Amino acid sequence: MGQGAEIWLWGAQGWALFLHMLSLSLMAIGGAIVVAPDIHRYMVEEHQWLSHAEFNSAIALAQISPGPNLTFIPVLGWMVGVQSARTMGWLDTEWLMGVFGALLCLLAMVLPSSLLTYAATQWAHRHRDKKAVIAFRKGLLPVVFGLVISTSYLMNAHLSWSEGWRVWLLSTAVALTVWLTRVHLLLLLALGASLGAMGWV
Amino acid sequence: MATQPITTLHRPRSRAELFWAFNALALQGFGGVITIAQRELVERKKWLTLQQFSEDWGVAQVLPGPNVINLSLMVGGRYFGWSGAACALFGILTVPVIIVLMLASLVGQWADAAALHGAMRGLAAVSAGMIAALALRMSAAMRFHPLHGAQLAVFVALTILFVAIFRWPLVGVLLGLGIISIGLTYWRLNNQDSDQVSESD
Repeated sequence: MGQGAEIWLWGAQGWALFLHMLSLSLMAIGGAIVVAPDIHRYMVEEHQWLSHAEFNSAIALAQISPGPNLTFIPVLGWMVGVQSARTMGWLDTEWLMGVFGALLCLLAMVLPSSLLTYAATQWAHRHRDKKAVIAFRKGLLPVVFGLVISTSYLMNAHLSWSEGWRVWLLSTAVALTVWLTRVHLLLLLALGASLGAMGWV
Repeated sequence: MATQPITTLHRPRSRAELFWAFNALALQGFGGVITIAQRELVERKKWLTLQQFSEDWGVAQVLPGPNVINLSLMVGGRYFGWSGAACALFGILTVPVIIVLMLASLVGQWADAAALHGAMRGLAAVSAGMIAALALRMSAAMRFHPLHGAQLAVFVALTILFVAIFRWPLVGVLLGLGIISIGLTYWRLNNQDSDQVSESD
């Protein structure tokens, strides 16, 4: 990190960032990753707080670490916070500003959508015997089923058969193993990561 | 009409149990969190049937925000209101955010190592297989669906075609096909009622 533009997170710019993330929260249908292009536009292109490489590394970090992939949001906030500490000359408290930035972005991203989800699903649960609510839940089922199949396919779809046959083989073996046995899923993930790190897949 | 399998469901005993269950779920989720969620909530904790889980997952998909976070708010809120939702949400977020920020503070020293990229490929391959296995299981959840088998198959096939082959934006497909499917399900539920007044579900 380092060559980004100046930012004073403790002040008007921080507030503007908070409001921007708030406005994206309700648009994140399908997960936070769908608003990533807009965050890229805001942080990298418009304000130049972060470089393109830094932005990408935040997404990659979120993918290799456990938890929902929304964790790239606090990582970006952390990076902006550290950048801000350097702007303001608070070099001893870089990590503190990083945490501040991370919480600021995370809170803004999670709060509006969570309030909406909570209110909507509590209402639906109280009226769970109404035909419209039953139809809504059951009607989505075939579409969700199709989405699950698509997700599985798309994760490997960028690989052609010749370069990726080992990946496809590993995926198929895992699918059958999980379907037919009760092996612990972390064991399979560890196996996949080791095979990958050794260069087999 | 076939009867639904009878499973004895449990319920979370405390808010702390919600926190730890969702924490465990989040820490095992590397990109394929839906499979872990199904394992934890349906098979281990027995808080939901596979049918309920699949329906909840559908609702979590169409609301803004990451699907697993929406699921945590729904399950937590169902048993303990807003405080249960908050505990489940904190369970999902707290430890993963700490881990990812620790990784972020180390970034640059090892983020571009070849072994790391290999490990990510391996993890993705395993996740894809785990998700495919979930699809195999989910097909059982559709046996008691109000729609005909052929109607379900059309919605599943169209979803795969639009999302995996045409690569259309998820939001549009979900809302477009979802609304048609919900409407048709509602209509079928109405017909079932008038056709089979004496028959119970």
